[in-house]
Amino acid sequence: MAYSEKVIDHYSNPRNVGSFAKGTPGVGTGLVGAPECGDVMKLQIKVNLDTGMIEDARFKTFGCGSAIASSSLATEWLKGKSVDDASKIKNTDIVNELKLPPVKIHCSVLAEDAIKAAIKDFQEKWVEKQAAAAQTT
Amino acid sequence: MAVKLPIFMDSHSTTPMDPRALEAMLPFFIEKFGHPGSRNHPFGWEAEAAMERGREQLARLIGARDPKEIVFTSGGTESDNLALKGIAEMYREKGDHIVTTVIEHRAILDPCRRLEKQGLKVTYVPVGSDGIVDVGEIRKALTDKTILISVMFANNEIGTIQPIAEIGKLAKEKGIVFHTDATQAVGKIAVDVERMGIDLLTCSAHKIYGPKGIGALYVRRRAPRVRIAPMIDGGGHERGTRSGTVPVPLAVGFGQAAEICGQVMAEESARLAQLRDKLQDRILSSVDETYLNGHPEKRLPHNLNISFAYVEGESVLMGLNKEVALSSGSACTSATLEPSYVIAALGVGAELAHSSIRYGLHRFTTEEEVDYVADRTIEVVKRLREMSPLYELAKEGVDLKSIQWKAE
Repeated sequence: MAYSEKVIDHYSNPRNVGSFAKGTPGVGTGLVGAPECGDVMKLQIKVNLDTGMIEDARFKTFGCGSAIASSSLATEWLKGKSVDDASKIKNTDIVNELKLPPVKIHCSVLAEDAIKAAIKDFQEKWVEKQAAAAQTT
Repeated sequence: MAVKLPIFMDSHSTTPMDPRALEAMLPFFIEKFGHPGSRNHPFGWEAEAAMERGREQLARLIGARDPKEIVFTSGGTESDNLALKGIAEMYREKGDHIVTTVIEHRAILDPCRRLEKQGLKVTYVPVGSDGIVDVGEIRKALTDKTILISVMFANNEIGTIQPIAEIGKLAKEKGIVFHTDATQAVGKIAVDVERMGIDLLTCSAHKIYGPKGIGALYVRRRAPRVRIAPMIDGGGHERGTRSGTVPVPLAVGFGQAAEICGQVMAEESARLAQLRDKLQDRILSSVDETYLNGHPEKRLPHNLNISFAYVEGESVLMGLNKEVALSSGSACTSATLEPSYVIAALGVGAELAHSSIRYGLHRFTTEEEVDYVADRTIEVVKRLREMSPLYELAKEGVDLKSIQWKAE
């Protein structure tokens, strides 16, 4: 199977691989996929709690080259976006950018799921917590 | 000596041709181009003589008593189809049941599915965690309607060698025809249709350093005489079993390749087993949580199949494929998105089936190549482990089975 140049680039030089230290303020984590399906993505966003902007992102992926590239690209796109804008990233954007063939579309779907899961986790951990804290004071 | 890249280590898919086999073929394209069926002129005679010589060379390699027992086909897939469908049709009066295993090549499984659609019954016997089929399980699967047992000689992914002689004995005892797909075994390890009680045997030229485009089906003619219905009708070639002009240059190359295999097999298999063991030892001792798939001893000397926990097979291949040609049992390497059914049949769990890599050494593999492949494999797996969320979780002591995975 021939890979697009962009997939090869992200696979060979993945952006933002890693994990944030546990308990880092403003971090939301999404863990999607399943080992028995052959792909699992962990995607993290670090949001500036004052501005609501995503300052940094990290990923780790178990999966094929296209899955690695999809999540690497996602972290690149997330940085500098507001949480709202981040939630608008669609899997089709990833498909187009990486020129994924039909059999690899599930990789992009998984990346979109990972973004959504990370945002949801961020909101549960930090936004709702802040709101609760604001109410009690 | 510097290693020449890319390195081919995918010899279960195909083998490079032995130059001696090619050399034997060359005169039969332009100079000696006759049709082996032309009975009335020297062009035909010399073509027929060359074809028959190829048949004899192959017969000798597999221990066939009579070269007439060799039917040339287009390859292993056709031979498997001919064996299954040919027996199903010829023995329809006698019964309608076939016994095979879950780890057969698709060239067996797919014809079985078609025969099932046509009303035949097929029992797929499981294998143990080492990939070996239990002969007792085959015995239990037999009924008075069983007309064929088909069990592969050696597996194309894990190289596991089945107890063929025992199955042959069982088949004889029950009076059932026994077919073996020996595509991966012939030319690599000792195969003897007489000693092993094989009635039908599939093999292919391009797996034994011969040309692509020709294979053979051995069909026993004596004790017992096995008869199969042809799948291709036409001029009645190959004694009516397989019509169509035999490609003489390919038959010559096949025969020459077979003869060479017979001559070098003992030495070659010992050399490859030693190199394979080195590759295996280096990888298993350098990377934690790597698992050998298949039986550690009862396997082809040139085969190595390893699962690397926490990394996906295709991503490993992608890291190597500019330099090393390998194969993976993982989902994404093929048109289907299923992981290897062979590795899955060992009961190792789907995640390890997604992580399997197959190495296939061959006649021209060097020790330098083995060292290079070991080094690069270790590097790539370590890099991917650093990227793997599963490896991270496992290192933190999290039991991956305790996580509620959200599949797509």
